[in-house]
Amino acid sequence: MRITEKDVLYVAALGNLELDAAETARFVADLDSILSYVEKLNELDTSAVEPMAQVLYDAPETLTWRDDHERPGFPQEKSLANAPERGAGQFKVAKVIER
Amino acid sequence: MSLDVSRWTIDDVQEALRSRRASAQEICAATFARIATENPKNNSFLTLTEERAMARAAEIDRKVTAGEPLPPLAGVPLAVKDVILTEGIRNTCASRILGNFIAPYSATAVERIEAAGAIIVGKVNCDEFAMGSSNENSAFGPVRNPHDPERVPGGSSGGSAAAVAAGMAVAALGSDTGGSIRQPASFCGVVGVLPTYGRVSRYGLVAYASSLDHIGPFGRSVKDAATVLAVIAGRDPLDSTSAAVPVPDYLAALDDPVRGFKIGVPREYFAEGLGSDVRARVESGLAVLRELGCEIVDISLPHTEYAIACYYIIATAEASSNLARYDGVRYGYRTPESASLSEMYRKTRDQGFGTEVKRRIMLGTYVLSAGYYEAYYLKAQKVRTLVARDFSRAFERVDAIATPVAPSPAFRIGEKTADPLEMYLSDIYTITGNLAGIPGISVPCGSVPAPADGGSSDGRKLPVGLQLLARHFDEARLLRLAHQFEKARGEV
Repeated sequence: MRITEKDVLYVAALGNLELDAAETARFVADLDSILSYVEKLNELDTSAVEPMAQVLYDAPETLTWRDDHERPGFPQEKSLANAPERGAGQFKVAKVIER
Repeated sequence: MSLDVSRWTIDDVQEALRSRRASAQEICAATFARIATENPKNNSFLTLTEERAMARAAEIDRKVTAGEPLPPLAGVPLAVKDVILTEGIRNTCASRILGNFIAPYSATAVERIEAAGAIIVGKVNCDEFAMGSSNENSAFGPVRNPHDPERVPGGSSGGSAAAVAAGMAVAALGSDTGGSIRQPASFCGVVGVLPTYGRVSRYGLVAYASSLDHIGPFGRSVKDAATVLAVIAGRDPLDSTSAAVPVPDYLAALDDPVRGFKIGVPREYFAEGLGSDVRARVESGLAVLRELGCEIVDISLPHTEYAIACYYIIATAEASSNLARYDGVRYGYRTPESASLSEMYRKTRDQGFGTEVKRRIMLGTYVLSAGYYEAYYLKAQKVRTLVARDFSRAFERVDAIATPVAPSPAFRIGEKTADPLEMYLSDIYTITGNLAGIPGISVPCGSVPAPADGGSSDGRKLPVGLQLLARHFDEARLLRLAHQFEKARGEV
């Protein structure tokens, strides 16, 4: 096992997920199996290979630039329409300062 | 007898409107009648938009009566995957976390199909946030395959494929990040297109993995899929990744000859793991291409075996970042039980997301976390270069590539849910297209007997697709080849 329960709880905290005991146990096993599988990428020597962050095709570099015009955004009412809780034209949340 | 539009094509709709054989409102009503009988069997629709659809159909009928020119999708009943926003309509992403989310704007693809006269009949089911290969990861229950209700429709765009296959829409929009249009098209016996990365605007598509996500069409014929693609393709200033490459007239070229096309058949796609029945169907498909005058060429895409590992690092890394926005503050579900903001985030996300989404957030967060970025994410991006290079080298020699879509026909509901890795491995033939950003299509290629795996479905026939892939922005060739393949193959 390369992945421990401690790893899973650490990653869950980074990802803002609160896992229960059953989920934690399941993800220890799942992450371990998937991460063992992806080890196969290390069979390839990629020291001279550029990373591909975007799909590239033949095109001028500025192909997708656009003019910087201002355009209307959402009005306040529309922005707040899906809010779980709102008040005074704002999104309301639980207490932020915890101590 | 009431109007039956369940096998109609776009041409049938247009012809009926022009000849006044049926009004757009009658076609729309017949579609909702069909949905009323079929949807309970397969659970494709999450939201129906009947009132809105009938109002739009009335608008089309007004145009017909006034003798105005009809746009290319006038009166065509169309289903939209529930990850593509339609203003004023609920958009769930098949997730509890967005169960009550009303889209405040429409995706560009939706605006374009509506401007072209399409009638959106509803939003269709999918895997949660488009993460899955079977549509079993929906918070609203799985979609069932119209060819066999005990089997999956494929995923993640399972509802889009099933809606078209079951005659509940003439065409549909889906999204494809690793095969999510082509594999369900194959499983449901319809046509599904993965356009080139940048061909169709993703503005208004809820992001899963931004460097791999595409919007594309489903249809019951290649021509229908081409018609929808022509409407949604093209530059959109609201999506900086959409390309300013001219959109050719796909329909005009459909019947141009394909004689002399070189079709590459990558030997790695016919290796271990491909079911023998599927192999036989695909090989018979290659014979059809040969009869059309195409030259079949053996090629190699040597990095194929690394594609799944590469994909599941890149896709989950991007997903973990994209899904950070669901925190219960501005929209969507919020846990009722929290004493502090950080607790609210964690509980909201734990209660709002399903298991597969959490699994991918966990994996993506892990591979991006301090100390692992280079070993996983950067490594995967380099391997992605190698996979993409395999294709560009192949396309120096061939005009298109033909492969299976999936190793098997539709599998049974529950068959692969125990082992996530096994589910991931079934995406092998489709993931490579997303990594390279090239266009692809799944076109029906006959059927195979349902595997004798117990249950009532034995003896049934299950559809199988043929995948064709082409160079960046060469959809015209892809559609032309697929259209003539479809005509030449006929109904087998």
